[in-house]
Amino acid sequence: MQSKLDLDFQRVEHARSLASDIANSVQNFADNYTTVSVERTLCRLIGIDGVDSNEIPLPNVVVDNLKSKGVLADGVLFYIGNAVVNCKLSPQEIATQISLDKLDITKLPISSTQDINNALSPYVIDSISKIKQNRERRETYIEKLGEGPKPYLYVIVATGNIYEDVVQAQAAARQGADVIAVIRTTGQSLLDYVPYGATTEGFGGTFATQENFRIMRNALDQVGEELGRYIRLCNYCSGLCMPEIAVMGALEGLDVMLNDALYGILFRDINMQRTLVDQFFSRVINGFAGVIINTGEDNYLTTADAYEEAHTVLASDFINEQLALLAGIPEEQMGLGHAFEMDPELENGFLYEIAQAQMTREIFPKAPLKYMPPTKFMTGNIFKGHIQDALFNIIGIWTNQGIQLLGMPTEAVHTPFMSDRYLAIENAKYIFNNMKNIGDEIEYKDGGIIKSRAKQVLDNAIITLEKICDKGLFTALELGLFGDVKRSRTGGKGLDGVVEKSNNYINPFVKLMKRES
Amino acid sequence: MSGGLYSMNSQEFDKTLDLTSVKPYGDTMNDGKVQLSFTLPVSAGAEATEAAKLLIKKMGLENPQVVFFKELTPGFTFFNCYGSCSHSVDYSTIYVPKVESNVMDMHQTDEYIKDNVGRPLVVIGASTGTDAHTVGIDAIMNMKGYAGHYGLERYEMFEAYNLGSQVLNEDFIAKAIELKADALLVSQTVTQKDVHIKNMIELVELLEAEGLREKVILICGGPRISHELAKELGYDAGFGMNSYADDVGSYIAQEFVKRNSSQK
Repeated sequence: MQSKLDLDFQRVEHARSLASDIANSVQNFADNYTTVSVERTLCRLIGIDGVDSNEIPLPNVVVDNLKSKGVLADGVLFYIGNAVVNCKLSPQEIATQISLDKLDITKLPISSTQDINNALSPYVIDSISKIKQNRERRETYIEKLGEGPKPYLYVIVATGNIYEDVVQAQAAARQGADVIAVIRTTGQSLLDYVPYGATTEGFGGTFATQENFRIMRNALDQVGEELGRYIRLCNYCSGLCMPEIAVMGALEGLDVMLNDALYGILFRDINMQRTLVDQFFSRVINGFAGVIINTGEDNYLTTADAYEEAHTVLASDFINEQLALLAGIPEEQMGLGHAFEMDPELENGFLYEIAQAQMTREIFPKAPLKYMPPTKFMTGNIFKGHIQDALFNIIGIWTNQGIQLLGMPTEAVHTPFMSDRYLAIENAKYIFNNMKNIGDEIEYKDGGIIKSRAKQVLDNAIITLEKICDKGLFTALELGLFGDVKRSRTGGKGLDGVVEKSNNYINPFVKLMKRES
Repeated sequence: MSGGLYSMNSQEFDKTLDLTSVKPYGDTMNDGKVQLSFTLPVSAGAEATEAAKLLIKKMGLENPQVVFFKELTPGFTFFNCYGSCSHSVDYSTIYVPKVESNVMDMHQTDEYIKDNVGRPLVVIGASTGTDAHTVGIDAIMNMKGYAGHYGLERYEMFEAYNLGSQVLNEDFIAKAIELKADALLVSQTVTQKDVHIKNMIELVELLEAEGLREKVILICGGPRISHELAKELGYDAGFGMNSYADDVGSYIAQEFVKRNSSQK
């Protein structure tokens, strides 16, 4: 591709190789560890679901049981597989027995590895084929119904009640939305379990549960058939349950997942070791399920300045890309994030935003880039806000972004009304149609503001990546290189759910899923 | 549909400003003009438009006009409307409690603290409870500040600690004790179903239980927070929209000095 910005692609490749080194050293760490949420994910993958009489999810019951006995290092599959051999019960039946305190799976005679693997095999194959079917189902659907052109119009619903969300989501689809994201209730990222069943009470969003996923998937399929356009469903693989949410999404046919490698560490104060182990398995699952991951670099710019810290967004995109590749996610599923967040008072801010959006487009040519709207400088002046969103939409179509997260005029006021979404979609559709080929028509001036800005951001990103490469990602996070946020290696939430794997440990899914994604 | 907007009919109302009877202003004193938009859960059509007009009248707006409507999805219609407000308020008797301090800029506040306190004041801030939004607390505390107002971290005479988001009230208090905080800043952005009220009251109760409430200057802020609400919930001050680090910093400095001089 001819660079419209005259980017030096040798420099880009240098940046990529630095990011690759950074990602590899993280992976060397992550490979040796497991976490309670990875183990609960494995429970779900062999068919353990439901809750006990105290509403505690059975995957939690099983994993907590092993953790309290100090044997989590061996992994749940070792003990469950062994219990299947010994008791001739299914994993679900075994989990139920554990919840009733009728079975201690750590006290059974240990069978041979061969027997354990054979006992697990039908359950493993079953979930692998279920997820594969969902993937094929999506592909067939898109072939049959078609889909909206890029940038996809992405809107959120956030009523707190899944049934009300359905009304809002179907309305948005009819108005032209391509992706519906069900925002999670505030605080869900810090729960070390995933709630069960349909939910109608949430704050600023709706609980992510497998049943809620199913309800919304059906609603979107229904409205998609009505409209003759496949409507994608998005949720959030972040927080303390990254891989669990991933597997639930994979089982229920979600299409897009927020799934950043660093977001939880920086913005939810989740322990870095925990997140870096969790993100790997969650991404293996998303890769296999054909889910587009969205990364969260836009968040850096809500805490740090969008002009001064633009290079940290690019540096993080490089790292997220390399970590995603290690998890088997193809570039076509990488919705790398960036944002339109400069202070509207900044002179020529629009030109800098174009430079950065075009630069990101050229550096990650195959990625369905996720472009975030202004949020930090939305004031409650809904009239000006609508114009800020219009400028953002102009850049979206101009630089050919993949997923346009539509800004709402009422950002900073309330979660969107049905009419806010309508106004936002109308705004985007007007601009996307009216300016459709502007990017093909306009070239940038040599030595001008736009080309110079792109070069500057790339140069600074490389300096940042060199620093991180030199110190390692853990130390870089401790020093606050992203979003001005400093996190300690042993601080934050969830570290007590991280254990080093023993020699008994088994997880056949990583190999199976990576091979096929 | 919008012909009424260009009506040349004589408008028979008193066009002089009377602060005991204040009304909205469109382009003529006391014309009472209001613009509003809303969605009704009915299909578009003549009945829907009539329903919108009737509703506007019930809101106390005369001469209701629906200038735009659009069915958003079957069974839901969006309206843009105008009307003339028949009500008025007596502006002259309004009393609103406000944070009582003179707003100083960063240098003035630093000087004020140097002269009157002689040591840096310790301020900790967080978005507490389940609230994940840091935009408010960052605007007040971060070095760079917001809209050209430097944050408290940049002040020489504030030792400012921004604990970020989703900080539990218990952890917030523990940190306050550890750092011997002089002032606590609580930011609340999510207000759906009044989740912020519960959380803010809980903090006051916990501080009282620890015997700390009177020892700290307790401040809350957020787009939906007012000083009046803050006082009602047992806080010393509340800062809403359009407040910056200058407002918060000068208040802390002056309140600290006021308290310590009255104790002497």
